[in-house]
Amino acid sequence: MNSAGNNPPPRAGRALPRASSALPWALVTPALGWTLLFFVLPFIAMGFSSLTAHEGGGFTLSNYSQFFTNPSYWQAMVNSLQVTAIVTVISVLLAYPFAWILAEQVPERWQRLALMLAVLPFWTSYVVRSYSWLLVLAQNGVINRALTGSGLFAEPLQLANTRFATVTGFVHFFVMLLTLTIFANLKQLSPSYRKAAADLGAGPVRTFLHVVLPLTLPGIMVGAFLTFVLCIGDYITPQILGGNNELLMPQLVMMQIGRRGDFPLASALSIILMAVVTIAYFACARWLKIERA
Amino acid sequence: MRQLVRIASWLYAVLIYGFIFLPVVVLVLFSLQATSFPIPPFTGPSLRWYDAVLSDTRLTSALVNSLLVASISSLAAVTLGFLSAWGFARFVLPGSGLLRGLITLPLTVSYLIIGMGLLVLFNWAGVPKSLLAAGIGHVVINLPLCFAIIYSQMGDHQINIERAARDLGAPEWKVLLLITVPVMTPAIFAGFFLSMTFSWDEFVISFLLTRFDTTLPVEIWNLLRSGLNPKTNAVGSLVFAVSIVLVVFFELTLLRRKPA
Repeated sequence: MNSAGNNPPPRAGRALPRASSALPWALVTPALGWTLLFFVLPFIAMGFSSLTAHEGGGFTLSNYSQFFTNPSYWQAMVNSLQVTAIVTVISVLLAYPFAWILAEQVPERWQRLALMLAVLPFWTSYVVRSYSWLLVLAQNGVINRALTGSGLFAEPLQLANTRFATVTGFVHFFVMLLTLTIFANLKQLSPSYRKAAADLGAGPVRTFLHVVLPLTLPGIMVGAFLTFVLCIGDYITPQILGGNNELLMPQLVMMQIGRRGDFPLASALSIILMAVVTIAYFACARWLKIERA
Repeated sequence: MRQLVRIASWLYAVLIYGFIFLPVVVLVLFSLQATSFPIPPFTGPSLRWYDAVLSDTRLTSALVNSLLVASISSLAAVTLGFLSAWGFARFVLPGSGLLRGLITLPLTVSYLIIGMGLLVLFNWAGVPKSLLAAGIGHVVINLPLCFAIIYSQMGDHQINIERAARDLGAPEWKVLLLITVPVMTPAIFAGFFLSMTFSWDEFVISFLLTRFDTTLPVEIWNLLRSGLNPKTNAVGSLVFAVSIVLVVFFELTLLRRKPA
């Protein structure tokens, strides 16, 4: 993410002819100002808001304490973490072999096309993508028609409005994302590692397990973290596909705004959600060489 | 053994491609039938629902809104991103690393939280919900992207060309317009089209920050209340088509960079 991070400011900069010292600041101030005004300041406003009560009055921690005492709020976080963990694991397990096939088995000149095709639906809007899965999974949708039509099942299965549907919608998106990142990782691997392993007598399986896999692990971790962050913050997929049977955190946040206009509670819940992501970040920071991504 | 791996690979790849394309194929296929429900069996091609979409003024005005918000906010994001990338790449600024970190920070925060923050701030400051508010949000999410893309492409190579221009007596603004911008064109285009795609598809910020006049994803969301509806299929297919066009543009600008 911070691909900016590891490029030191070019030494050449110092050798520039003297520009008036106002120029560089004039260049960077609009972007910095925008970020401060529309990203940092809203965040501070949200922090303040989370410390007030919806009914008015002074500062209070009640929004936060509600989260810990109200079991249904707590449950939303548990659901979110479970769904996110399931999605991340399944997506990595599905995407890795696929990326490997694209990078190793597909002839070089077709790779670009194969990859582009593999991530094409990635670019449809969230809403449309989730709706498409609803078409597939609905009571009278394609899968149920196929199942009942073939005589395998007498009754259509309840697929939509379940956790299964939410997970499917998410996995669909993240398999594409992870295929991209893992493919890039596999391609960056210098072939000389593999040759060296082969020269030293390792078979293809051992080479893969002891050389290729460990070397691509950092890339997998970055992808998995990205999956975690995007998945846990997404409102649309669970709302369209999961229905209201079980709530995830983003749904809980949006409910506070929609039904009750309770900005303080929504702010507090958002901040808690962000704190969880931050904790996850520090937990995997060891493996995340984000500056390389 | 090798043959076995090949066959297994093919099977697996076909399965995953199938999984990836299943919803898209179903979406497009059932947008093309005349019945009132987008469900099997497929009853033959018809453009009835595309007609319905294009004559629905709510949808067409949302489409125009989306294009407006996407192009203007992307233009703003790429301009701010380019200027700041240039500033940070060419000059030694105190606290540069920290400031660059600040600009890229929004990349790590989910859209929902960015949207919530802006909603709380605008609500507090009395800024009404509008397309402009959503556009501001879109610049927040796309500026770090444009900055990171353009900054990462500003290498020593470009610095040397600029220096040559200065040595030949070009003033700073001429260096910028005649040297830096043309040299950086691929990165600028990449940033712009990527921003367009993200803004075009963005839902939650627009949902939180607009009211009556809204963007296409939000209008599609409103359509979803009526359940499975072939009109949604048709408009979804159209959105997908526009996204593909943007992505192809994006690919082309990346490809143009390749030989360099």
